[in-house]
Amino acid sequence: MMAHRPGWFARISAGVVALYLLLPISIIIPVSMTDQRFLSLPKQGLSLQHYVTVLFSPEWLGSIWQSFLIALAATGLAVVSGTLCAIGCWRLARRSTDLLRALMLLPIIIPSIVYAIGAYRYFAGLDLLDRFLGVALAHGVTGIPYVVITVSTALAAFDPRLEQAARGMGASLSQTLRWVILPRIMPGILSGGIFAFIHSWDELVIVLFIASRDVFTLPRRIWDGINENLDPAMAAVAVLLVVFTTGLLLLDLALRRRRAE
Amino acid sequence: MRRQDAGWWLLILPAFLLMTAFYVAPIAQVLAISFTEPAPGLGNYERLFTSESVQRVIVTTLRICILTTAISLLLGYVLSYRIALAGAAAQRWWILAVLVPLWISVLVRAFAWVTLLRRQGLVNETLIATGIITEPLALVWNEFGIVVGMVHYMVPYAVLPMLASMREIDPRLLAAARGLGASRITIFAKIFLPLSMPGLLAAGVLVFIFSLGFYITPALLGGGKTLMVAEWIGLQILDLLRWGLGTMMATMLVVAILATLAIFARIVDLRRIFGGGGA
Repeated sequence: MMAHRPGWFARISAGVVALYLLLPISIIIPVSMTDQRFLSLPKQGLSLQHYVTVLFSPEWLGSIWQSFLIALAATGLAVVSGTLCAIGCWRLARRSTDLLRALMLLPIIIPSIVYAIGAYRYFAGLDLLDRFLGVALAHGVTGIPYVVITVSTALAAFDPRLEQAARGMGASLSQTLRWVILPRIMPGILSGGIFAFIHSWDELVIVLFIASRDVFTLPRRIWDGINENLDPAMAAVAVLLVVFTTGLLLLDLALRRRRAE
Repeated sequence: MRRQDAGWWLLILPAFLLMTAFYVAPIAQVLAISFTEPAPGLGNYERLFTSESVQRVIVTTLRICILTTAISLLLGYVLSYRIALAGAAAQRWWILAVLVPLWISVLVRAFAWVTLLRRQGLVNETLIATGIITEPLALVWNEFGIVVGMVHYMVPYAVLPMLASMREIDPRLLAAARGLGASRITIFAKIFLPLSMPGLLAAGVLVFIFSLGFYITPALLGGGKTLMVAEWIGLQILDLLRWGLGTMMATMLVVAILATLAIFARIVDLRRIFGGGGA
């Protein structure tokens, strides 16, 4: 029996939609290599001068480093607490843990602007405004849902009898966790870590409210750049970011494939 | 609670404490402030009925969100249909084409659209150079720019639930209909479309609630003239220091989103929207 394949109309319109998704993102590549001093396509030839500007600018490098450290701390927080929580909910599996899991998903459902203004006020009382710790905490708790989702998906494929067998043979809870459960769900944990990392690395709305001068992350610097001076260095930063994110995404796909095998 | 379960409850504790202390508490405070500042009572909520600027923001937001949702569903459906009917190898490439934009920074995408659409942008320059127009078109820093940028952001989110439900459709059904002489259009209208409806609805709910509270893209592509709810809230808090009004609108935003979810929870399986992993 012949498989039903899309017709010419579906093929062409899907192609147009794919172009709409990908073309604007790809257009920044030639723009970032322009030989002009303003945002434009290259005229006489390609130039890497704007990449040099970015990679030798203490401001850009400082923000990149700061964003990286914050994302690392936030990812650690989200991965540890999110993984343990997903395991606990999976093992107990009752109405109250279903509710808890739903609570953990709130940061995806409630818009960041609502949390951002709340944190602005709440963190002021804790002296956490414009602090590394404040931003890492805010990014960490909002990153928990990504870990809970990926780890729960990994646990759904895990045979609970393995855990019961380990406990039955006298393994303690921490031994069961370390030797039986965690190795089996490691790809899910890594995937959740990657998503939590990208979440913090890209996050802007919360940062706009709870950070001002001392904590000036990469998205914050890009935001100021788009609002104030649209120069080609911005395109170079954008390309570097796209390359970085795509790299992380391909890593995640590779991990998923390994898990599937 | 049985004693041997205590250890498992302990595993949930860190996430629960972190979430309560640093996520739920700040949001609860937002809800509280909307009733207490500047004066205790429902004064801020009265503005919903009396203030013209409050009403204008709500109407603008709803209009842009409905338009964005409709266009994103249409474009996402076309893409999902193509992907669902493609061969296994081609599917992998198509899915990558959807996932890459999904994870690219929203700032980078807004920047790309500004580069393309502004007065001296690539689109206007190309159109002028080819003689199609003489004056640059106003393509960004207005509602048109917001919708173009928001749809671009939302299409991948629309594709994921729709594709998941289209993949549950048995391909033998389509092949059998074809064998029995049904035309492409009949197969689509009588079999494919009804069977993909749950995914379409789930995608609609997802895109709509994500659009409602969207901040970055409307702020960058709207140019401060067309205000949507999120940007308006930010303005009240950061520039005008009107905490009562800002938190009231934030509360309404949360209520609107939870109400949408509650209504559709009866028709759509919410796990289609949020469950089943990030991709």
